[in-house]
Amino acid sequence: MAATVRLQREPFDAASEAEKLRRGRSDIGAVVTFTGICRGDEAGAPLLAMTLEHYPDMAEAEIARHVAAAERRWPLLGVAVIHRYGRLQPGEDIVLVVTAAAHRRDAFAAAEFLMDYLKTRAPFWKQIELAGGGRTDKIWVEAKRSDDALADRWTPSSGRRAAE
Amino acid sequence: MKLRYFAWVRERIGKPEEEIEPPAGVATIADLVIWLSQRGEEYAHAFENPRVIRAAIDRAHVRSDAAISGAREIAFFPPMTGG
Repeated sequence: MAATVRLQREPFDAASEAEKLRRGRSDIGAVVTFTGICRGDEAGAPLLAMTLEHYPDMAEAEIARHVAAAERRWPLLGVAVIHRYGRLQPGEDIVLVVTAAAHRRDAFAAAEFLMDYLKTRAPFWKQIELAGGGRTDKIWVEAKRSDDALADRWTPSSGRRAAE
Repeated sequence: MKLRYFAWVRERIGKPEEEIEPPAGVATIADLVIWLSQRGEEYAHAFENPRVIRAAIDRAHVRSDAAISGAREIAFFPPMTGG
Protein backbone atom coordinates (compact mmCIF):
# COMPACT_ATOMS: atom_id res chain seq x y z
CA MET A 1 0.00 0.00 0.00
CA ALA A 2 1.31 3.43 -0.89
CA ALA A 3 2.11 5.34 2.30
CA THR A 4 3.61 8.80 2.50
CA VAL A 5 4.91 10.16 5.82
CA ARG A 6 6.60 13.53 5.72
CA LEU A 7 7.70 16.15 8.19
CA GLN A 8 8.36 19.59 6.78
CA ARG A 9 8.47 23.26 7.57
CA GLU A 10 6.77 24.34 4.38
CA PRO A 11 3.01 24.41 3.75
CA PHE A 12 1.50 21.43 1.99
CA ASP A 13 -1.18 21.18 -0.68
CA ALA A 14 -3.90 18.88 0.61
CA ALA A 15 -5.69 18.49 -2.73
CA SER A 16 -2.45 17.61 -4.50
CA GLU A 17 -1.54 14.96 -1.91
CA ALA A 18 -5.00 13.41 -2.15
CA GLU A 19 -4.80 13.42 -5.93
CA LYS A 20 -1.47 11.58 -5.82
CA LEU A 21 -3.08 8.78 -3.80
CA ARG A 22 -5.93 8.24 -6.23
CA ARG A 23 -4.16 8.82 -9.51
CA GLY A 24 -4.65 5.92 -11.91
CA ARG A 25 -6.65 3.83 -9.43
CA SER A 26 -10.06 2.31 -10.09
CA ASP A 27 -10.31 0.44 -6.78
CA ILE A 28 -10.54 3.49 -4.54
CA GLY A 29 -14.11 4.43 -3.71
CA ALA A 30 -13.41 6.77 -0.80
CA VAL A 31 -10.77 9.36 0.04
CA VAL A 32 -10.87 11.22 3.35
CA THR A 33 -8.72 14.32 3.62
CA PHE A 34 -8.28 15.83 7.07
CA THR A 35 -6.46 19.09 7.66
CA GLY A 36 -5.51 20.32 11.14
CA ILE A 37 -5.26 24.08 11.28
CA CYS A 38 -3.71 26.59 13.67
CA ARG A 39 -6.59 28.48 15.23
CA GLY A 40 -6.42 32.11 16.26
CA ASP A 41 -7.04 31.41 19.92
CA GLU A 42 -5.95 29.08 22.69
CA ALA A 43 -8.47 28.66 25.51
CA GLY A 44 -10.09 31.95 24.55
CA ALA A 45 -6.88 34.00 24.43
CA PRO A 46 -5.85 35.43 21.03
CA LEU A 47 -2.82 33.78 19.51
CA LEU A 48 -0.02 35.53 17.63
CA ALA A 49 1.81 32.39 16.60
CA MET A 50 2.43 28.76 17.45
CA THR A 51 5.84 27.06 17.30
CA LEU A 52 6.10 23.32 16.91
CA GLU A 53 9.22 21.61 18.21
CA HIS A 54 9.77 18.02 17.21
CA TYR A 55 12.05 15.02 17.72
CA PRO A 56 12.92 14.47 14.08
CA ASP A 57 14.23 10.90 14.12
CA MET A 58 11.41 9.64 16.27
CA ALA A 59 8.56 11.53 14.62
CA GLU A 60 8.79 9.81 11.26
CA ALA A 61 9.25 6.40 12.86
CA GLU A 62 6.33 6.90 15.23
CA ILE A 63 3.97 8.15 12.54
CA ALA A 64 5.01 5.28 10.25
CA ARG A 65 4.24 2.81 13.08
CA HIS A 66 0.73 4.19 13.35
CA VAL A 67 0.22 4.14 9.61
CA ALA A 68 1.24 0.46 9.67
CA ALA A 69 -1.20 -0.14 12.53
CA ALA A 70 -3.99 1.55 10.55
CA GLU A 71 -3.17 -0.66 7.57
CA ARG A 72 -3.51 -3.78 9.72
CA ARG A 73 -6.90 -2.67 11.07
CA TRP A 74 -8.55 -1.43 7.89
CA PRO A 75 -8.24 -2.43 4.23
CA LEU A 76 -6.60 0.82 3.15
CA LEU A 77 -5.44 1.53 -0.37
CA GLY A 78 -3.33 4.57 0.42
CA VAL A 79 -2.31 6.83 3.32
CA ALA A 80 -0.51 10.15 3.50
CA VAL A 81 0.46 11.99 6.67
CA ILE A 82 2.27 15.31 6.51
CA HIS A 83 3.12 17.17 9.72
CA ARG A 84 4.66 20.62 9.74
CA TYR A 85 7.01 22.03 12.33
CA GLY A 86 8.43 25.45 13.08
CA ARG A 87 6.64 28.73 13.66
CA LEU A 88 3.10 28.89 12.30
CA GLN A 89 0.51 31.65 12.33
CA PRO A 90 -3.24 31.41 12.84
CA GLY A 91 -4.91 30.11 9.72
CA GLU A 92 -1.94 28.03 8.63
CA ASP A 93 -2.18 24.27 8.14
CA ILE A 94 -0.41 22.10 10.72
CA VAL A 95 -1.13 18.51 9.74
CA LEU A 96 -2.61 16.52 6.88
CA VAL A 97 -4.04 13.01 7.01
CA VAL A 98 -5.32 11.42 3.82
CA THR A 99 -6.75 7.90 3.74
CA ALA A 100 -8.01 5.97 0.73
CA ALA A 101 -10.10 2.80 0.74
CA ALA A 102 -12.71 1.01 -1.31
CA HIS A 103 -15.42 2.12 1.13
CA ARG A 104 -16.00 5.20 3.23
CA ARG A 105 -16.27 3.63 6.70
CA ASP A 106 -12.68 2.37 6.51
CA ALA A 107 -11.35 5.68 5.18
CA PHE A 108 -13.15 7.71 7.89
CA ALA A 109 -12.20 5.37 10.72
CA ALA A 110 -8.54 5.20 9.73
CA ALA A 111 -8.28 8.98 9.44
CA GLU A 112 -9.78 9.45 12.90
CA PHE A 113 -7.53 6.75 14.36
CA LEU A 114 -4.44 8.39 12.90
CA MET A 115 -5.39 11.85 14.14
CA ASP A 116 -6.17 10.57 17.65
CA TYR A 117 -2.72 9.01 17.79
CA LEU A 118 -0.96 11.98 16.25
CA LYS A 119 -2.39 14.12 19.04
CA THR A 120 -0.97 11.94 21.79
CA ARG A 121 2.01 9.95 20.57
CA ALA A 122 3.72 11.91 17.78
CA PRO A 123 6.74 13.70 19.26
CA PHE A 124 5.79 17.33 18.73
CA TRP A 125 5.46 20.05 21.34
CA LYS A 126 3.61 23.30 20.83
CA GLN A 127 4.53 26.70 22.19
CA ILE A 128 2.20 29.62 21.74
CA GLU A 129 2.70 33.35 21.69
CA LEU A 130 -0.29 35.23 23.06
CA ALA A 131 -1.14 38.76 22.10
CA GLY A 132 -1.28 41.33 24.86
CA GLY A 133 1.03 43.71 26.68
CA GLY A 134 4.30 44.90 25.23
CA ARG A 135 6.06 41.62 25.55
CA THR A 136 4.94 38.21 24.38
CA ASP A 137 6.12 35.11 26.14
CA LYS A 138 6.19 31.70 24.58
CA ILE A 139 4.08 29.33 26.62
CA TRP A 140 4.17 25.57 26.34
CA VAL A 141 0.77 24.09 25.59
CA GLU A 142 -0.26 21.29 27.94
CA ALA A 143 -1.46 17.96 26.63
CA LYS A 144 -5.20 17.49 26.96
CA ARG A 145 -6.65 14.58 28.90
CA SER A 146 -9.50 14.51 26.40
CA ASP A 147 -6.97 13.67 23.65
CA ASP A 148 -5.66 10.76 25.72
CA ALA A 149 -9.23 9.51 26.17
CA LEU A 150 -9.85 9.70 22.43
CA ALA A 151 -6.68 7.75 21.68
CA ASP A 152 -7.58 5.14 24.31
CA ARG A 153 -10.80 4.28 22.45
CA TRP A 154 -8.76 2.42 19.87
CA THR A 155 -7.00 -0.03 22.22
CA PRO A 156 -8.62 -3.46 22.63
CA SER A 157 -7.90 -3.58 26.38
CA SER A 158 -10.28 -0.66 26.92
CA GLY A 159 -13.11 -3.18 26.76
CA ARG A 160 -14.96 -1.34 24.02
CA ARG A 161 -14.87 -2.33 20.39
CA ALA A 162 -13.13 0.24 18.26
CA ALA A 163 -15.19 1.73 15.46
CA GLU A 164 -15.06 -0.45 12.38
CA MET B 1 24.58 6.61 26.02
CA LYS B 2 23.11 9.75 24.53
CA LEU B 3 20.37 11.64 26.34
CA ARG B 4 18.12 14.07 24.51
CA TYR B 5 15.76 16.58 26.03
CA PHE B 6 12.79 18.35 24.45
CA ALA B 7 10.41 21.22 25.17
CA TRP B 8 10.47 22.58 28.71
CA VAL B 9 12.59 19.65 29.91
CA ARG B 10 15.32 20.92 27.58
CA GLU B 11 14.78 24.50 28.70
CA ARG B 12 15.08 23.66 32.39
CA ILE B 13 18.17 21.49 31.99
CA GLY B 14 19.72 24.05 29.67
CA LYS B 15 20.89 21.77 26.89
CA PRO B 16 19.32 19.66 24.14
CA GLU B 17 21.51 16.59 24.60
CA GLU B 18 24.48 15.07 26.34
CA GLU B 19 26.46 11.83 26.64
CA ILE B 20 26.35 10.10 29.99
CA GLU B 21 27.47 6.87 31.61
CA PRO B 22 25.11 6.02 34.46
CA PRO B 23 26.46 3.77 37.21
CA ALA B 24 25.54 0.09 37.37
CA GLY B 25 22.70 0.53 39.87
CA VAL B 26 20.73 2.71 37.47
CA ALA B 27 18.72 0.05 35.67
CA THR B 28 15.43 1.62 34.57
CA ILE B 29 14.08 4.89 33.23
CA ALA B 30 12.73 5.69 36.71
CA ASP B 31 16.19 5.05 38.20
CA LEU B 32 17.72 7.29 35.55
CA VAL B 33 15.34 10.15 36.36
CA ILE B 34 16.30 9.93 40.03
CA TRP B 35 20.02 9.79 39.20
CA LEU B 36 19.74 12.76 36.83
CA SER B 37 17.78 14.79 39.40
CA GLN B 38 20.76 14.56 41.72
CA ARG B 39 23.19 16.00 39.18
CA GLY B 40 22.12 19.56 39.77
CA GLU B 41 19.30 22.01 40.44
CA GLU B 42 18.42 22.36 36.80
CA TYR B 43 17.86 18.61 36.53
CA ALA B 44 15.89 18.51 39.77
CA HIS B 45 13.69 21.29 38.42
CA ALA B 46 13.14 19.50 35.11
CA PHE B 47 12.21 16.23 36.81
CA GLU B 48 10.42 17.64 39.86
CA ASN B 49 7.18 16.00 38.76
CA PRO B 50 8.20 12.63 37.32
CA ARG B 51 4.57 11.79 36.53
CA VAL B 52 4.51 14.26 33.66
CA ILE B 53 7.84 13.15 32.22
CA ARG B 54 7.71 10.79 29.26
CA ALA B 55 10.60 8.83 27.81
CA ALA B 56 11.68 7.12 24.64
CA ILE B 57 14.47 4.59 24.19
CA ASP B 58 15.95 4.42 20.71
CA ARG B 59 13.04 6.49 19.38
CA ALA B 60 10.20 4.40 20.78
CA HIS B 61 7.94 5.23 23.72
CA VAL B 62 8.72 3.33 26.92
CA ARG B 63 7.32 3.23 30.42
CA SER B 64 9.20 4.25 33.51
CA ASP B 65 10.01 0.64 34.41
CA ALA B 66 11.78 0.00 31.09
CA ALA B 67 15.35 -1.26 31.35
CA ILE B 68 17.97 1.12 29.98
CA SER B 69 20.81 -1.34 29.40
CA GLY B 70 21.79 -1.47 25.76
CA ALA B 71 20.01 1.80 24.96
CA ARG B 72 21.83 4.02 22.49
CA GLU B 73 19.61 7.07 22.86
CA ILE B 74 17.18 8.00 25.61
CA ALA B 75 14.95 11.03 25.31
CA PHE B 76 12.94 12.84 28.00
CA PHE B 77 10.05 15.16 27.24
CA PRO B 78 6.64 16.33 28.43
CA PRO B 79 3.41 14.79 27.13
CA MET B 80 3.17 15.42 23.40
CA THR B 81 1.04 18.07 21.78
CA GLY B 82 1.27 17.30 18.10
CA GLY B 83 -1.40 16.99 15.46
